[in-house]
Amino acid sequence: MHIPDGFLSTPVWGTLDVISAPAVAWVARRAQRDTQDHRIPLLGVMGAFVFAAQMINFPVGPGTSGHLVGGALLAIVLGPAAASLVLTAILVLQALIFQDGGVLALGANVFNMALAGVAAGYLPYRLWVHQSRSSAIFAAGALSVMTSACLALGQLLISGVPMPGGVLWASLALFVVSALMEGAITVAAVRAIERLNPAWVAGPRPTSSRTLAGVALAALLLVVVGTLVASAAPDGIQRLTGQALDSAAWSQRTAAGIAGLALIFVLCYLGGKVISRRRSA
Amino acid sequence: MNQAIYIRGLRYRYPDGTQALNGIDFHLDARESVALFGANGSGKTTFVLHLNGLLRGEGSIEICGLPLADATLQQIRSKIGVVFQDSDEQLFMPTVLEDVAFGPLNLGLSPADALTRARTVLKRVGMTHALERAPYHLSAGEKKRVAIAGVLAMDPEILVLDEPTTFLDPPTRRDLLALLRSLPQSKVVVTHDANLARALTTRAVFFDRGQISGEGDVMEIIQRFHWEYS
Amino acid sequence: MHHLVIDRWSRGTSPLHQRDPRAKLAALLVFLIALSTTPPAAQAAFATYAVVLILAATLAHLPIRGLAGRAALVLPFSATFALLTWWSGDSLRALALAEKSFLSGMAALLLVGTTPLTAWTAALESWRAPRMLILVIQFVYRYLFVIAEQAQRMRWAALCRGSHQGGFRSAAGLVGVLFARSWLRADGIYRSMLARGFRGRFVPVALAPFQASDAIFVSTCLAGCLVIRILL
Repeated sequence: MHIPDGFLSTPVWGTLDVISAPAVAWVARRAQRDTQDHRIPLLGVMGAFVFAAQMINFPVGPGTSGHLVGGALLAIVLGPAAASLVLTAILVLQALIFQDGGVLALGANVFNMALAGVAAGYLPYRLWVHQSRSSAIFAAGALSVMTSACLALGQLLISGVPMPGGVLWASLALFVVSALMEGAITVAAVRAIERLNPAWVAGPRPTSSRTLAGVALAALLLVVVGTLVASAAPDGIQRLTGQALDSAAWSQRTAAGIAGLALIFVLCYLGGKVISRRRSA
Repeated sequence: MNQAIYIRGLRYRYPDGTQALNGIDFHLDARESVALFGANGSGKTTFVLHLNGLLRGEGSIEICGLPLADATLQQIRSKIGVVFQDSDEQLFMPTVLEDVAFGPLNLGLSPADALTRARTVLKRVGMTHALERAPYHLSAGEKKRVAIAGVLAMDPEILVLDEPTTFLDPPTRRDLLALLRSLPQSKVVVTHDANLARALTTRAVFFDRGQISGEGDVMEIIQRFHWEYS
Repeated sequence: MHHLVIDRWSRGTSPLHQRDPRAKLAALLVFLIALSTTPPAAQAAFATYAVVLILAATLAHLPIRGLAGRAALVLPFSATFALLTWWSGDSLRALALAEKSFLSGMAALLLVGTTPLTAWTAALESWRAPRMLILVIQFVYRYLFVIAEQAQRMRWAALCRGSHQGGFRSAAGLVGVLFARSWLRADGIYRSMLARGFRGRFVPVALAPFQASDAIFVSTCLAGCLVIRILL
């Protein structure tokens, strides 16, 4: 879900721009370290491939068809850092040239799809690929889409975009359906690619420990759930019914909420690193 | 030795075990043009990839007197320019001018000098009208010209062309032929197009399953191996 | 294809085309921030923004209907939410949602319609965007059309063989083959790069220096947006 400009409140898009910019810089450094300039044509071509593959219809029932979103597929094939970079590039192009997603909202869209979405697409795969490859890939696709969609929904709600209960549940149901489709499509795509050359979907060797991956996934899901909970808080609904609210206090609280969630995520991540270092010591 | 290319005993085995080249001896004199014929899969393109060190096999390779080795790779790549079959793989920069400037920039020219050289070369191939255009806008023939310009911008002594006339219509082939004939570099031309070979080269070499099974005058080779289909 | 039209627009020669891409990018951001922070009640401000955009489009010799048509792509999405907002009683906010998303789209189109991709990516890079990101953006853009066309042709070929019933498996197969061709294409690109002396780093080509006219342009935009924002 690409959020256009004009939907998110200033604290929300502002905070997400501030979070995403250094995150993308970090991801770029990481990708550079892992891949070197000669892989740039590959990243570019894979980005173009995802764009093109999104046009292909996957019929799932009478009159319904799904499309590959591709975050999980990219994460599996290129590794998370490179996948995040490619998706960021795609989002920039979509915002400026294809009018899909806003420019100020780029921080939010990058956070939802290129950062959280890719992480949610890679971590389940990393955790479970040796247990059951197909389930791991399915989970990767499904969680990737579910995460980005829920985060987007949460951000819209926090910004005060009205969504009556019925519409909200319908949206969530739609997300679940899309997530399941993405899981199935990703599995099918990976199988098809594997038949042509298994080396392409073997993916780069993982550098971090499994414990870390597990903790990171938990933290990520916490952030997603947290965002939704915060957005559904009574204050949000008050705003929708038009009651006057001190906008400064509101902005502060929203910013604090997001900062709090980010802090939880960072703490979980660091905690996980400490745990895994102790384990391997 | 005024031989542009001198190769003795070239062998190459693919990672999956297939012996792609099985003892190739090849030479190209300065200012000479040679055609490479052979069925698909006979080793012609694999051979071409050895000329500038993209693939490394066994045997000795000398380009313009320089033995091919890690230390001489950069120099050799500036002396022998390869134009690949798929122009879309070759033209990877956002604009024509930037793409042609890519080679000179890698050679160490300053950005200003690189752009000047790019402009000069694009004029040479007749593509000055397309400097700021994106490569995918161009027709197949125009892309081929820009690809050739990109290679000429490195100021090579030898030009290698892998199936240059594929996908081109007859008028475009004619124009391309005229351009290639006007270029003074020695040429190695991999082609299925007997007309092109006859017009551009004097000698031909026939590849068959990784070996050279015939060599001689281009017309004679075409006749001997029935390398025309009508 | 959509982006080919924009590519053509971006190679015009109007005064707006000739401004430094950094100036235009800055102006876009200023405009978007002003637009985004405008309270829904200030409808006159939205009207003024629209007029400003139309004037800019005329100055740039860009077709207004073309711009509006492309910006309108966002409307199905924003109209849904606008309706929801209207229904929950906040009609001004509903209108503002639609107006903000539409006008932002027009503004972004003005940027890319007057600035070739290499120029605005160079501007981003001069503002410290990671080099690798810039290169990937350029490569994605470069091969977008090529690969999309391949996908299209493969779909047509499948349709010719009666697969309007589609089939999940054939779609997966198509994606697999498209992936393979793309990967092999990337290998070919890398070989071409090596053949032209690539040693591992792309050498950047610099932007022309910022001029007085560019500074005047940005200041005017900034001043204009501030005036509209404060007064209306």
